[in-house]
Amino acid sequence: MNASSKIWKLGDDIDTDSLAPGRFMNASIDELAAHCLETVRLEFAAEVQPGDIIVAGSNFGVGSSREQAVEALKQLGVAAVIAKSFAGIFYRNAINLGLPVFECADTDRIADRSTASLDVETGKLGVGELGIIDCTPMPAFLKAIVDDGGLVPHLEKRFAAEAGT
Amino acid sequence: MAQTLAQKIIAKASGAPSVAPGEIVIANVDLAMIHDSGGPRRVKPILERLGRNVWDNDKIVVITDHFVPADTEDTRAIQRITREWVAAEGVKAFYDQMGICHVVLPEQGYLAPGMFVVGGDSHSPTGGAFGTYMFGIGATEMAGVLATGKIWLKVPETIRIEWTGVLDPLVSAKDMMLHTISQLGMDGGRYQAVEYVGPAISALPMQERMTLANMTAELGGQTGLIAPDKTTADWLQKRGRSVGDYSMWHSDDDALVLARHVFDASRLAPQVAAPHSPANAAPVEIHSGTSIDVAYIGACTGAKLDDLRMAASILRGRRLASNVRLFVAPASRRDQDIAETEGIMQLFEEAGADILPNACGICAGYGGNRLGEDIRCISTTARNFRGRMGAASSEVYLASPYTVAASAIAGRIADPREIAGDS
Ligand code: SF4
Repeated sequence: MNASSKIWKLGDDIDTDSLAPGRFMNASIDELAAHCLETVRLEFAAEVQPGDIIVAGSNFGVGSSREQAVEALKQLGVAAVIAKSFAGIFYRNAINLGLPVFECADTDRIADRSTASLDVETGKLGVGELGIIDCTPMPAFLKAIVDDGGLVPHLEKRFAAEAGT
Repeated sequence: MAQTLAQKIIAKASGAPSVAPGEIVIANVDLAMIHDSGGPRRVKPILERLGRNVWDNDKIVVITDHFVPADTEDTRAIQRITREWVAAEGVKAFYDQMGICHVVLPEQGYLAPGMFVVGGDSHSPTGGAFGTYMFGIGATEMAGVLATGKIWLKVPETIRIEWTGVLDPLVSAKDMMLHTISQLGMDGGRYQAVEYVGPAISALPMQERMTLANMTAELGGQTGLIAPDKTTADWLQKRGRSVGDYSMWHSDDDALVLARHVFDASRLAPQVAAPHSPANAAPVEIHSGTSIDVAYIGACTGAKLDDLRMAASILRGRRLASNVRLFVAPASRRDQDIAETEGIMQLFEEAGADILPNACGICAGYGGNRLGEDIRCISTTARNFRGRMGAASSEVYLASPYTVAASAIAGRIADPREIAGDS
């Protein structure tokens, strides 16, 4: 259970160009992350705190297959993204890079900057006076990848285990 | 239970008798394709970290097309890494500067109905034209596939797009997709399997089907399938791939689909998508008269042999307008060679076109012919996002090879039916 996270509330169709602006794609991940979401919320990169959670509408991460869209959020310490739906390649990239992602039909009533606690095991999100909102938990198989920190560490662990037997 | 084509292929790949939409499965990959941009330079460090070589060097195809020709220090280094990695891993299927990956892969006989294939590029759904379940993945995930030969997949629902009727002359698959995307939006495919069916689809030649499947990327589908038929089998046969019995690779009649959209090909006019989204498509008349500086016939989407033939049919005996530059970048060397024997390449040159290498070129925003400030271009490519093909102030209109050729002659966006009737 995450003690207390701040919610950053975003709309529909947040695209990979907003998350990882093309003109910083050859810059360092630090510099790229400093411009993450600036076209949507100018203050985001400067004010977001490790452990904060993004809550968005539908089709989060639409656009290109660039993995930097996920890397920028991770770099800034975003603990999870909760959205009505995700663009397919973004969802895959998030799992493969170890960023927890939850689908949730009920994001409309969650207010920007509210304080919340997320149980990444069950997908239960406690939001102040709203009480508990149920997000769809990640399927166990995908959660195992996220828990290991992403596909590469997940495979490293698996290969090490295979080598040990 | 009745199954969709997508379910049947995924069931086979995952070794299950059947699979249900929403289920997460682990599938064995029949083939993995990578190119010079997202390929060796990105996956090599990950494989080294994992301490693994590729799972099966007979199931990997490497094609260089993005940083081609390599004329800077950086790009030469990328091509060197690519060649060295191919040699070190013993990959035999290496096509160096012979054309764009999505076109070279099937023309060299690597795809067949019922296969389950991943590509390290977002236009990988192109392979769906052959009844292959093919989709694009990022570099990290590709490294995982190369190490293990497996990938996880959420079994998709199927969205069926049905085209009835008959296309008019000078209307093409590109127009069908621009119209579909304008109606359903760039997330109309919802990352599910899109399947194209109906008489107007069956009537399309193979490379036109590839154009449909290719632009499933802009429609937001994971893949864009067309069930194989005699057109498919004959085309592959000619490229050394015998297909055998493909009768099982179709959706069962009563298989459940998530959505079904019906369009009438008989009523479709040539389409043009205005900057900066493929979803901004409308009939050409809306934009006709808009002046242009550059016409581009290129990309996996719009410079295959059939695309070149379409453009040539308009350009024959004509010259481009004095205010326009026309670039033609044939999608593969093989297609260019055939075009050569048909007199098409000569016809392009006589019309005043500049011929560019068999590579992604301007479509990837690469090379000296990138669009400059305030340049307006009409293009046979798939994407017109701001700045993709050059300067942020440049504008790209998307259209079919017929419409791009007609516009090059007119010096403004023009309806190919008017230009063709005008001789
Ligand atoms: S031609 Fe364009 S769309 Fe096709 S693979 Fe190359 S960059 Fe991508």
